[in-house]
Order: sequence, then C-alpha cells, then structure tokens
Amino acid sequence: MTAATVQQSGAVSAAATQSVGSKRPRLLRWLVHLVVIVFIALWFMPIMALLVSSFRPQADTASSGWWTVLVRPVFTADNYFLALDQLKVAGSLGTSLAIAIPSTILTVMLSMIGAYALVRMKFPGRTALSLLLVALLITPPQITLVPLLRLYNAVGLAGTIPGIWLYQVGFTLPFGIFLLRGFLASIPQELYESANLDGASELRTFFSIVMPLSRPIMASLGIMAFLWSWNDLLIPLLFMGGSGMSPPITVNLAGLVAQTTQGQGPLMAATFLSVAVPLLLIISLQRYFVRGILGGAVKG
Amino acid sequence: MTDFLGIVLALIVLGAIGIPILVYLALGLGESILTLVPAKAGQKLRPWVWLLLPVALAATILIFPVIVTLGTSMMDARSASFVGLDNYAWAFSGSMLGIVGNNIVWLIAFPIATLVLALFAATLFDKVRYEPLAMTIVILPTAISFTAGSVIWTQMYSFQPAGTPQIGTFNAFLGLFGINPVPWLIQPVVNNLSLIFIAVWLQLGIATLILSSAIKNVGSEMIEAARLDGASEWRVFFSIILPNILPSVLVVLTTMIIAALKVFDIVYVMTNGNFGTDVIANKLYYELFAANNLGHASAIAVILLFTALPIAFINIFQFRSEARS
Repeated sequence: MTAATVQQSGAVSAAATQSVGSKRPRLLRWLVHLVVIVFIALWFMPIMALLVSSFRPQADTASSGWWTVLVRPVFTADNYFLALDQLKVAGSLGTSLAIAIPSTILTVMLSMIGAYALVRMKFPGRTALSLLLVALLITPPQITLVPLLRLYNAVGLAGTIPGIWLYQVGFTLPFGIFLLRGFLASIPQELYESANLDGASELRTFFSIVMPLSRPIMASLGIMAFLWSWNDLLIPLLFMGGSGMSPPITVNLAGLVAQTTQGQGPLMAATFLSVAVPLLLIISLQRYFVRGILGGAVKG
Repeated sequence: MTDFLGIVLALIVLGAIGIPILVYLALGLGESILTLVPAKAGQKLRPWVWLLLPVALAATILIFPVIVTLGTSMMDARSASFVGLDNYAWAFSGSMLGIVGNNIVWLIAFPIATLVLALFAATLFDKVRYEPLAMTIVILPTAISFTAGSVIWTQMYSFQPAGTPQIGTFNAFLGLFGINPVPWLIQPVVNNLSLIFIAVWLQLGIATLILSSAIKNVGSEMIEAARLDGASEWRVFFSIILPNILPSVLVVLTTMIIAALKVFDIVYVMTNGNFGTDVIANKLYYELFAANNLGHASAIAVILLFTALPIAFINIFQFRSEARS
C-alpha cells in the first residue's frame, strides 16, 4: 500500500519533470545526443586508428591513412610478429611487469602501514607529518634525479630493477598514504576497541581486521600505482641505463619513435601491445579506478 | 629467452612476495621489542616503529634529494665551487626565456582547455542515458602512457607537403575542404598547442570524473526550481551548477597545473624540444645528460619545485579545512 503510493507519487513527479523537459525544444535534446556522440567518437578515434594501423600491411601504412580500411580492408598480423621478433617487445613487456607488479604491491603495503599509524596512533608531530605528506604530493620528480643517481651509483642500485621499485614506491607513498588515510579514518572506533578487548595485538588487528576491510580502497590505490609504474618513462630512462635487462616498454617505444627504419606498422603493433595491459585493467576495474581518482582528488 | 623469463619471474617473486614478508617480519620484530619496554614507553614508541619504513623511504627518495639539489643549484657545472645565484640568472635569460615561455603556455592552455572540455563533457554526459559508456571512453586514454599517447598521435598530426596524399588524419580531413595541410608539429605556436592537445586527450578523463561527480552532488531540487522559474539551461549552469562545484574546479585546475609543470614525455618523444617546443623538464634532461651541467639542471629543478609550492599550499589549505570539518 505505502509502496504503491510512493511509486505513484514518484511517477507523478517524473511526469512533472518530463512535462517541464518537453517544454524545452525537442531539437535541443537531439542536438545534445549529436554532440555527445560526435565527441565520444572523436575521443575514441586515436585508439581506433592505432588498432587499425597495427594490423595494416607495411606498404599500405606508408602510402595511405588508416581510414582506407573502410573502403579496402586488408589486414595482416605481420606487424605483431615483427614487433615481437625484431623490436624486442616481449622482453620489454617482461621488464615492465617485473617493475610494475612489485612496485604496486609494495606501494600498497607500505602506504597501508603508514596510513594506519597516522590514523590510529596519537603522537606529537602527527599533524606536522600529515601536512608534510601533502606537500610531498607535489614534489616534481626532476628535483630528485641528480642526488638519487649519485646515491644509486654509490650503493650499486643504478641499473637495477629493485632500484626502480625503491624510487617508484617512495615517490607514490605520499599519495598512497593520503588516499588510504581518508578511508581508514572512516572505520568505526568500536571495531578497534572490540579487537583490543579480545586481546588482539596491534599487528593482528592490522592484518586480520583492517586489511580485509580496506580491500576496495587498496584495489583503488593498486590500480593507480600500477598505471603510474607501467607508464613511467623518465625514471627507467635514467635509472635503467647500463643494465643487462631489456628496457621497459615505455623506454623501448620512445627509442623506436626516434629511429624510423622499421616503419610505422611494427611501431604501432608495439604501441598497441604496450597499451593493451593498462586498457584491459582500467576497463575491468573501472569502479576502483574511479574511486581512487575521486578519493585522491576531491580530498586533496 | 627462458633465462630472461626466469629473471622476470624471480624479480616478481622477490618484490611482490619476498619483500612484503620481510616487511611483515620487521613489523613483528618491532612489536615484540615494544613488549620488552614498559607499557607507557611502548605506547610512545609504537607509532615510530610503524612509521619507520614509510618515513625512511620518503626521506630517501624525496626529502634528501630536494635538500641536496637546493645546494647544487648554487654551485657550478661540476659542483666544484659556489656561484651564488648565477644559475638562476641563466635560467631566466637568453635561450631559456623561450623555454620558460613555452611552459607558461602549457601552464595556461593545458589546465584551461582540460577544464572547459571536462565541464562540457560532464554536463552533457549527465543528460544522456548512455553516460557510463561515454564516461568509459573518455577514461580510456588516462590508462595510456604519455609515450604511447604520443606515438598514437603521430597518426593524427602526420604531415606531407601540399599536393601529395595526406596520411595524417587531421590533414586529410582539412584536404576534404581544399585547405592546405598544416605542419602540426613544426609550425611554431601551432606545434605547442598540438602537443598540449595530446596531454588534454590523455588527462581529460580524470577531470571529467571529478567534475561529473561534483555536478551530481548539486541538489536537483534547486536546479528543477530554477527551470520551473524559466531559467535557461545556460543560466542554470552558470548561476547554480558552476558556483556549487567551484571546489572541484579548483582541484582539477591544481592537478592539471602540476601536470603541465612536469610535462616531459610528450615533448621528449614528439619533437625532443625542436621547432621551439622545448619545456623546462626536457631542458633539464638535456643539461644533465648532454651538457653535463649539474648547476643549470639543479636550478631548473628548484624553479620547478618553487612554482609548484603555491599549489601545494592550496592543497594543504583544503586538507586542513577538511580535517576541521
């Protein structure tokens, strides 16, 4: 009965809104649709062009634009074989994974520990430390390069992948703590108190109560940390020099753009392989990505 | 190849499983040491046991280099003798003026273009039923690296002399109307804007997400009331929606200003600073590795930091007001 009334009044108000809506010219509504559809089509076009070009024969790419496939569809997977075979793309993808996966997990773990201490424990200097963290959010990476290159050379971290982890984790940590801090502060105090009454140690409370509760926000931080690490060019470009490993995919691509001997096709295939991982990630975990952006931005 | 795969796997196991276990054990060790000291002292020490690793890491990667760079920015090329503010004088003279000018173009054009397009997209998407799809498409480029984004855009900007078939999307499109092709990446002024637009394409999703969520939080009663009073959509946007989402607009602007300040990848990949497109982050890279001038590079880095500082203050201010509320 009550539900029906509510539904009815809902329908009435919806009808009212609609009648207000229909006062506005119908033309305007169609115009909105047209503009939105043209806009998203244009925004998607570069990715479409990349995908199409990566499957076009070498000769075609050199002589005509990607849209030619609309009238004369000729496709080949040769570019991908060339990219994997001659451009060392497989090795680069491997190096990128070896950098990004540990970097992501360590960022999430250390940010959790730091944020937990900042939120849960009271100590002199807590506010100052929180403010310092926010200031560190904006430190440009360029200012850190020379002293860290020297330090890395001195301690033997130069040209190693653990050196890149160390940099990326340290650099992302302020953001991570900032993002998690907001979430941890919203966990009800009673939960901690009951854990204390049960005699759980601080470590146990952290690992078996706080961590499982924070899974969604950890996923948000994780996806952002992974994207930053995977997409980073400057740090591997500077810190990976002289290592025996293949360069990560961003460094490899930047080098390929400069030398055009292989032609556009394989470069497009290599580029598509490099964006496939982050694109899949963002499509499948969009919910968490959106949460990370909103939690990190609106609060900062 | 199998060797390489083994190394990759070993590194992932070490970094993603081994080190986290070590961190866990270190925390456990710290906690058990705390049980040995009197409870009161333990309470005082506990935060620092937990903060030890995060703080040590941030101090090593961020705080220590900033302090050292402040020092080397006042030393000569080889960091051998003190030169006062000479490097800063150099950074604002001669060929550097054009580079600083380019950064100023980035600092103005990039945030404003992103903001306007994001407001446009967030407002219009809000009016259609397929908003989630539209939003997903705008978010997609945010997952792409600036490097890959630059490669992707070479296909849009590619230029052939007039009279030959154009394989670049934009020039082919202009050709349909009989307009001469534009050398997007070579012609001064146009090339800076072309590079900036790549960044807009890559970052618009973030700005649109933030503004869209803010717009949805504006009370619909207020908007409907204004519409009933006969306010135009234009008026509703400028008098009701925009004033209500100003904090989010500020967030978008500060985020994009910081991004514009640090821009490196796009310029490095697309033009390497040629044709009058150089920016300070790319120049810093050049001074460091081609010219080997540590003093110049450090001064540029310090200028980057101090330009970003006011933005940090805005952030801190918001952070404090949030903490109070």
